[in-house]
Amino acid sequence: MKKILFTVFLVPLFSNVFAQETSKDTLKPLQMEEVIIIGKKAQITDKQSKTLTSIDDYLQKSAKVDMIKRGAYAWEPIINSMPTERTLITIDGMRIFGACTDKMDPITSYVEVSNLSEATICSGQEGACFGSTIGGSIDLKRNQNSFGNKKWDFNLNSGFESNNQQKIIGTAINYANKLFYVDTDFMLRDAENYKAGNNQEVLFSQFRKMNFSATSGFKLSKNKLIEGSLIYDKSTNVGYPALPMDVSIAEAIINSLKYEYAPLNSIVTNWETKFYFNTIMHRMDDTRRPFVPIHMDMPGWSKTYGYYSKINAKHESHNLLLNLNSFYNKSLAEMTMYPANPNENLMFMLTWPDISTFYNGLFLEDNYALNCHSSLKFSASVGSHSNKVESQFGLNSLQIFYPEMKAKKDRFLKSFSGNYNYSENGLEYGFGAAFGERAPSVTEAYGFYLFNSFENYENIGNPNLKNEKSLEGNAFVGLKKEKINIKMASSYFHISNYIVGKPDASLVPMTIGATGVKIYTALDYATIFNVSLTSEFKFSKQFKWNSQLVYSRGKDFDNVNLPFISPLNYSTSLAFAKDKFSSEVVLQGNAKQTNFSAVYGEDKTPDYAIINANFGYKFNFNKSKLITKFGIENIFDTYYSTYSDWNNFPRMGRNFFVNLSIIL
Amino acid sequence: MKTQLKNIFAILIMALAFTSCSKDEEVITPAVDELEGLSKFKEITNTTHTIELYSHMGVEQGFNEIKLRIKDNNTGQYVKNAQVSWMPLMHMAMMTHSCPNSEVEKIAADGTLYEGYIVFQMAQNTTEYWDLKIDYTINGTAYTTTSVIDVPASSERRVETFTGSDGMKYIVAYVEPHHPKVAVNDMTVGVWKMQDMMTFPVVDGYTVKIDPRMPSMGNHSSPNNVNPTQSVAGDLYNGKMSLTMTGYWKINLQLATADGTIVKGEAISDTVTSSSIYFDFEF
Repeated sequence: MKKILFTVFLVPLFSNVFAQETSKDTLKPLQMEEVIIIGKKAQITDKQSKTLTSIDDYLQKSAKVDMIKRGAYAWEPIINSMPTERTLITIDGMRIFGACTDKMDPITSYVEVSNLSEATICSGQEGACFGSTIGGSIDLKRNQNSFGNKKWDFNLNSGFESNNQQKIIGTAINYANKLFYVDTDFMLRDAENYKAGNNQEVLFSQFRKMNFSATSGFKLSKNKLIEGSLIYDKSTNVGYPALPMDVSIAEAIINSLKYEYAPLNSIVTNWETKFYFNTIMHRMDDTRRPFVPIHMDMPGWSKTYGYYSKINAKHESHNLLLNLNSFYNKSLAEMTMYPANPNENLMFMLTWPDISTFYNGLFLEDNYALNCHSSLKFSASVGSHSNKVESQFGLNSLQIFYPEMKAKKDRFLKSFSGNYNYSENGLEYGFGAAFGERAPSVTEAYGFYLFNSFENYENIGNPNLKNEKSLEGNAFVGLKKEKINIKMASSYFHISNYIVGKPDASLVPMTIGATGVKIYTALDYATIFNVSLTSEFKFSKQFKWNSQLVYSRGKDFDNVNLPFISPLNYSTSLAFAKDKFSSEVVLQGNAKQTNFSAVYGEDKTPDYAIINANFGYKFNFNKSKLITKFGIENIFDTYYSTYSDWNNFPRMGRNFFVNLSIIL
Repeated sequence: MKTQLKNIFAILIMALAFTSCSKDEEVITPAVDELEGLSKFKEITNTTHTIELYSHMGVEQGFNEIKLRIKDNNTGQYVKNAQVSWMPLMHMAMMTHSCPNSEVEKIAADGTLYEGYIVFQMAQNTTEYWDLKIDYTINGTAYTTTSVIDVPASSERRVETFTGSDGMKYIVAYVEPHHPKVAVNDMTVGVWKMQDMMTFPVVDGYTVKIDPRMPSMGNHSSPNNVNPTQSVAGDLYNGKMSLTMTGYWKINLQLATADGTIVKGEAISDTVTSSSIYFDFEF
């Protein structure tokens, strides 16, 4: 059983030329004779129903992942019903931290589908390889070219969506020879306000995003590779209809340098070391809003330096993985408010008072094959986590609440997990248990008067919070046959010192109109339970029926519901594919949300169901290809909002799209 | 490579040497400048002496910490052994009155400066003015001098004069911090009462309740303030004032007697957004 629980294959468009090399897809360490690069998933290109959709849209197809939506753009992924603080999202193993105090820039917003080949989603402690997590992890894996015969590769992508006039244009230019490769891609998206069902315009839902990426590798010798990569992402004029502010600019530069070594005839099969640096700048903006009680600027900056060194080894029946990793992050955010009286001084505060986080961790995993049907997997990690308030101004500010507070705080984090997996004649099952910890996030420990428009409270961090601890149990059972594939998976988390904000009636809010101020504190414990059923039936070579059913429940120790827990959610699709033609009809929906969390600002969300349909055709002209995709989303133009839509703002109504990809 | 290392090593040694040097210097020559941070706002000359008056930020309406020194006009030396007292007077159309002020004391035995405070509860205007009479005795000989001094209105509200519910006339003045910060600031205020036109003794044992607010931010307030109280009778009142951001702050006040009776000022609520007595400032 691979550690990859669920893999969403992302746009593989630019890779068809390499289709003949797909045999390198599967990692078989013992047969490794040269540096193996995880291949592109070229063969599924034209099976994607909407090739140029957002990463968010790809990710939310997973039964483990859902998205908190504050607008048409930059959705926040939640894994096992847990948001950013409790999850770990990496790009090729790199730690990146958003620069927005209001979570308007999850790191998934700084990459493009064209940068990525797949996303690996791990549940719970199985995702602890690159750092501490509670809910799980997503590792976004970049496209990687392969060395080969001298070859140029040009692609042009273009798309249009009718509902918000989203225009998509992108190019990819790749070159490879036996010793060198370079991949570049560029993508631009520009969208106007979208319209919810019944043609209701959702104001401030526009966005514009530009993304450029380049990766280049050199083969140093038969089994050594060095690779540098760069992503530059810039989004401007991004509306957040569910929030009181928009974003004027968000900019990210993500760099890395990787060295990969695949020793021959050694128990070490692969050794990968990467150094990385990324910097993010994010600027919130309310100047386009017609009515603001007080105008404010809220810029934020996040810089991260880090490395990891990951060794895969195989000895007899043991498959070992060791990852030594470290990062240093600095997060700074400030707020300047402009009083109505222009003669008054500006009001200024640090909302993230220049917090540094220095983490050093070691992760070990052993996947031990008991026999050809069953295996045991153990993993353990230890990490030291140190925060420091670098700004004296910020420390003074926080000492208003915590007079005894020190600038520096050290924590020690650990995790363990064990899993048993069995597979024979298509029957699969497995179960496991795990323990994990996480440190409070910058916002939870050091945030200063951060307004949450969902709860209508301001939040003050608490540096004295204990580590959140999670005890986790998981199990799955499945049947995998030629024509049928059914899997039921479940996980249960018992999270002690569960961090939430608690209203403090003695405090007076700063944001005009806010209900009050919350201080982050810890509940005794909370529990989260998820169960999902996924199935695939192949009626014939052409017909396929997929279904997914997910149920989640989250409560605290006092039986109070937790927020952002999905009601019963389902999707089912019928796909037909023959030769160069493909088509699909999808029904998806949620049951009524009855277990909503009024304490955390939720109200009852009604049920909904929408139907989407799409079809595609692939044209071949000599060596070139044209892949076309057409579709209608929300065919009946239903007006709806889901449990994870911030402040119940409505989702997109009927939308026609077309995606075109030309491969030269 | 080796020479490079050597060079680096040499630079490091030098850097260390210099750092330690400068530290030593500080210890050897403790440069004490009595006038550091002070500026002269007035010079009063009579036949025998010149009196120089200093303050940190000029004199204005409100609490003023004033330092002075006396120069002998003949020798040009500063007098270190004088006994000094002062009497500020407001000359109004119909009457003359004084204001709260302290004794004048020598700061350091071998220094030249004398210090005290004066609380000008009102500013001068075109017809009304303050003067300051300084009496001093040197080696048994008494001298005196009087001069008008400028007391402009303060841009910030730093002093409140009012009649309490007990019929007493009070003066409450803001003393510290001079430079407020986004932090928990040590706060000092003073409370005096008007016994008669010339006598303004310190009020002992009261509490000055403070409630810092930002009117521009929906009357946002700050937590963990400590109401100023006196630790020793006759002293100024000390407390803590939290300011959560820069900008314009209004420090709403209530004056409470030792038994908790409020003699002036109102508690802030949704309907009462400001007290009848307050200080304000912006930074």
